[in-house]
Amino acid sequence: MYSDYGQVLIFLIFALGFVAIALVSAWIVSPKRPTKGKYTTYECGEDTVGETWVKFNIRFYITALIFIIFDVEIVFLFPWAVVFKEIGMLAFIEMAAFLLVLIVGLVYVWAKGDLQWDKPQPEIPKLDREIFKAGN
Amino acid sequence: MPEWLISLIITSVKILIVEVVLLTAVAYSVYAERRLSAFIQNRLGPNRVGPQGLFQPLVDVIKLVLKEDIVPDSANKFIHSLAPGISVAVALSTFAVIPFGDKIILFDREIKLQIADVNIGVLYILALLSLGVYGITLSGWSSNNKYSLLGGLRASAQMISYELAMGISVLGIILANGTLELDTIVANQFGWKWNIILQPLGFLTFLVSSFAETNRTPFDLPEAEQELVGGYHTEYSSMKFALFFLAEYANVVVASAFITTLFLGGWQFPYLQNFGLPAFWVSIIQVLTFCAKVFFMVIFFIWVRWTIPRFRYDQLMNLGWKVMLPIALVNLVITAAFLVLTK
Repeated sequence: MYSDYGQVLIFLIFALGFVAIALVSAWIVSPKRPTKGKYTTYECGEDTVGETWVKFNIRFYITALIFIIFDVEIVFLFPWAVVFKEIGMLAFIEMAAFLLVLIVGLVYVWAKGDLQWDKPQPEIPKLDREIFKAGN
Repeated sequence: MPEWLISLIITSVKILIVEVVLLTAVAYSVYAERRLSAFIQNRLGPNRVGPQGLFQPLVDVIKLVLKEDIVPDSANKFIHSLAPGISVAVALSTFAVIPFGDKIILFDREIKLQIADVNIGVLYILALLSLGVYGITLSGWSSNNKYSLLGGLRASAQMISYELAMGISVLGIILANGTLELDTIVANQFGWKWNIILQPLGFLTFLVSSFAETNRTPFDLPEAEQELVGGYHTEYSSMKFALFFLAEYANVVVASAFITTLFLGGWQFPYLQNFGLPAFWVSIIQVLTFCAKVFFMVIFFIWVRWTIPRFRYDQLMNLGWKVMLPIALVNLVITAAFLVLTK
């Protein structure tokens, strides 16, 4: 009777209703005793230092960009996968060419070092003299 | 009664049952996690409230509701309240397209044991899984706290990286089935023909990616306690914190259900038709089979969490981009070549 997306919508309404009931009932029941210290930003009990919204590592941004490129290509792969059995060999060859471009892109990004995240290099403290000498 | 009212009632009752069962399962997966982790670490875990501590989830909810809701002054209040709602609603509505049984005949009506038989079920779930990242990123950004922001950033970068491997590893199954409908994919996995046997490589990459997508150990960097306090939910308390907690476990249950549907044969009980049972009992056994498989996967998620230590961030990104993505691509090409050559 209802279309499938109509049922998905009813499901979503039930889920949102659950969230609303949970939040409203908690808002009614929970105690409210505001003090000044409670509403400060948490930073291990210290006063916060500097701005929160600092410049973050550029790699996050690059990762997001690479993701968008590959995700769009995957979107093209889905309809291909559905009709693959009907078309057969031609679909395979065409998609092999497409995948080749995708893989070349991946290799390029890889070789440029855009997938490289810095490995932490901890300095391990070293003693310049031996404390115990075995044997003598 | 008019026809539209009857179908509305049937749909609503189905949805209500599914959501209540899902929420109960989520609450008890928290309990299972605490008990199992205790057993793994040679402790007892919560065992005081009710027999074997079975009422613990109930008491936890009551405790969290009775806490004061603290929103820091510097936070963006609207988005701060919106974020947990997005997380939970998205995690729950993923279940709308998962088939948990074939068909059941009740009161002379044939009822399909799936809420919505969307013809692009796989895409729907993948889309909702990637929507989940909004809840986490927004909560991290709106809290105006450095730990939260770093947790949100890590979560978004991690989830988008593993989404690629996840999407490509599903493609192998879609190639073999020629459809995006979940109920057809399940129906094709009769007998021994589970996709875990036909697509072992795809199963492996999908499993690892779903661990990363649900932010579970060994990929739980967004909430690495030793570095980020609570990660993206550092500034949350009371019911909003409970909602984040619920969303995390709902994601685990949903990911288990998705893996079960795609790879473990969904509600299929191998060779059940040979036993000659009445149709009603066949339906019941199929639903129970589905629940048992999901339960097994949830236990597996918990087991892995308490066995494997956390990755470093560069290891995580390397695994996602340089191992999982190529393996998934190789799996796709092998599947396509196999299908073309055996045609």
